[in-house]
Amino acid sequence: MAVRDPRSAPAHVLIVGGGGTGGALAHDLALRGLKVTLVERGEFTSGTTGRHHGLLHSGARYAVNDHESAVECIQENTLLRRIAPGSFEENDGLFVAITDEDMEFLPPFLAGCEASGIPAQPLTAAEALRLEPLLNPTLRAAVRVPDATMDAMRMPLRFFASARANGAELLNHLEVTGVLQQGGVVGGVAYRDHVNGRDGQIRADLVVNASGPWSEQVATMAGVDVPIRPSPGVMVALRGRLCNMVVNRLHASGDGDILVPQRGLTVVGTSSWVVTDPDDLTIPPDHVQRMEDEGSKLIPAVRDAPVRATWSAARPLIGSRDQADSGRELSRTFETIDHAVVDGVEGFVTITGGKATTLRGMAEHCADVVCRKLDVQEPCRTRDTVLLPHTAYYAA
Amino acid sequence: MSATAQTRRFRVYRYAREDGPARFDEFDVPAAEAGTVLEGLRWIEVHGDPSLAIRHSCFHASCGTCGVRVNGREGLACVTPVDTDTVTVEPVANIPVLADLVVDMRAFVDRYPPQHPLLRDSEARPEADVPEGIDAYERFEDCIECGLCLSACPIAATDDRYVGPAALAWAQRVLEEPRGADVDAILAWADDEHGAWQCHAAFQCTEACPSEVFPAQRIMKLRRELTKRRLSGSSPSS
Repeated sequence: MAVRDPRSAPAHVLIVGGGGTGGALAHDLALRGLKVTLVERGEFTSGTTGRHHGLLHSGARYAVNDHESAVECIQENTLLRRIAPGSFEENDGLFVAITDEDMEFLPPFLAGCEASGIPAQPLTAAEALRLEPLLNPTLRAAVRVPDATMDAMRMPLRFFASARANGAELLNHLEVTGVLQQGGVVGGVAYRDHVNGRDGQIRADLVVNASGPWSEQVATMAGVDVPIRPSPGVMVALRGRLCNMVVNRLHASGDGDILVPQRGLTVVGTSSWVVTDPDDLTIPPDHVQRMEDEGSKLIPAVRDAPVRATWSAARPLIGSRDQADSGRELSRTFETIDHAVVDGVEGFVTITGGKATTLRGMAEHCADVVCRKLDVQEPCRTRDTVLLPHTAYYAA
Repeated sequence: MSATAQTRRFRVYRYAREDGPARFDEFDVPAAEAGTVLEGLRWIEVHGDPSLAIRHSCFHASCGTCGVRVNGREGLACVTPVDTDTVTVEPVANIPVLADLVVDMRAFVDRYPPQHPLLRDSEARPEADVPEGIDAYERFEDCIECGLCLSACPIAATDDRYVGPAALAWAQRVLEEPRGADVDAILAWADDEHGAWQCHAAFQCTEACPSEVFPAQRIMKLRRELTKRRLSGSSPSS
């Protein structure tokens, strides 16, 4: 790669993918003074980001089996509340034990929370029922943790709004059709603009692939492989707010064991399987039934609540294709892949894995790699920069 | 030719700026892939025509991006079932179209006074306690800024300066729960010939609202408050 003169114009980074990760990365790089262009084939947050559960994780879900994800979650949970006030319901979460087996999970759960720095307050059954009267009355115990409800679209939209205000160019309905490459060096992308039907090219010093479960497809255009496993989960939105707090089952992560109140709805999720095409949104009918069965163990009223919507979203889990089939065994942490190191292709970086709660941290990690490659010395500033409101995204 | 028992005929509004006037394209979508209008549109995007421009995000009536008109009626595509053989899908009315079913939401947001809040008190069940350390539950506003009320409003079709149902319902929400907001300034903003007084009480907005905001009822309450203030001589605009 040609050495850039640092006195010349700022380096130009092109981000492929307008989900939460791409938006947060655009914000981070714009704050560091880089020229940023972000392209997205549809509307921003139309892929996995907008379709997630709407849960700001405390990390407690991962406290026993995925320490790294648990620590990432509690750190970003604390930080996001500071930089995006108003984007979260201040409602906390409960982990509810119902069976003997759940009760056996309680001590390692509390130990895991402590080891990960997650505040966890044990409650008696009576205390939990006072907070959430519709809980299964046979519950044995509960633990209160700092989970919260988030607006799955408007929270990430604040990163887009802030990035744009700092000069980033954000282009939606613009689909990448090819990655420009010469002599093992990526130098931009070819695209089709779906708004005016035109084809074109955008040159850049570096291209970041932030396309979530589609990142394997984008990587293939650059002739490299990304070990991604698109792992969808089914969610069911019920009419009525059956709880005010996030309600989780206190056990090793399973299906249908999280209830998230959102506006006048309660969202029950989720399941996990693995697909090859992240655009395949087919919902296995038995998964919807499982949401009702498992969800009603936490709050019996789940069974009688009318269904508002059912849908699925593909998580971009990291893992090779020969790993187990459900996707549950894969870590929820993230990875930045410098394809110069892994595949000998310069100017191309993939950020993938992770979850909505850790979008800012993922962006910081990836931006550090990008800046090192481009010889940019600016530090990350996103930890202390309060984001613009989501409505600023629509400002002219 | 008509849709078969196994397919649904989607007639979709198409418009691209450099592509001449708007037209309708037809797609036969497998009925099993089109439980909702959004599922049908996504099927068209993936299997029929990737250039179809649509907005969507949450798939469960919580984000407000997929508002369209289906067979002439406003609805969120994600929760509008496909229950006719032919399904005509058009963008919402009274907001400028950018491409196909995508409208320019800047024209919607611009109708609000700047800096409107997103959170309000929870509609918590009264028997529930609030955990220690939390003063009161806060929850997201019911309004999801989808624009369906504006699309359905007969007045917005004739007066493009009318601020419209969503913004007026927002103003009434602030009156109900000011949280330190400048109530007089908001009342002065609403007390305008293109504001609360322009509503003709058609109640189409409330019928179109997918999120139980009841904008028409709120506009009526707002007008009562404005009238009360006028009669008591404390009109914000006097």
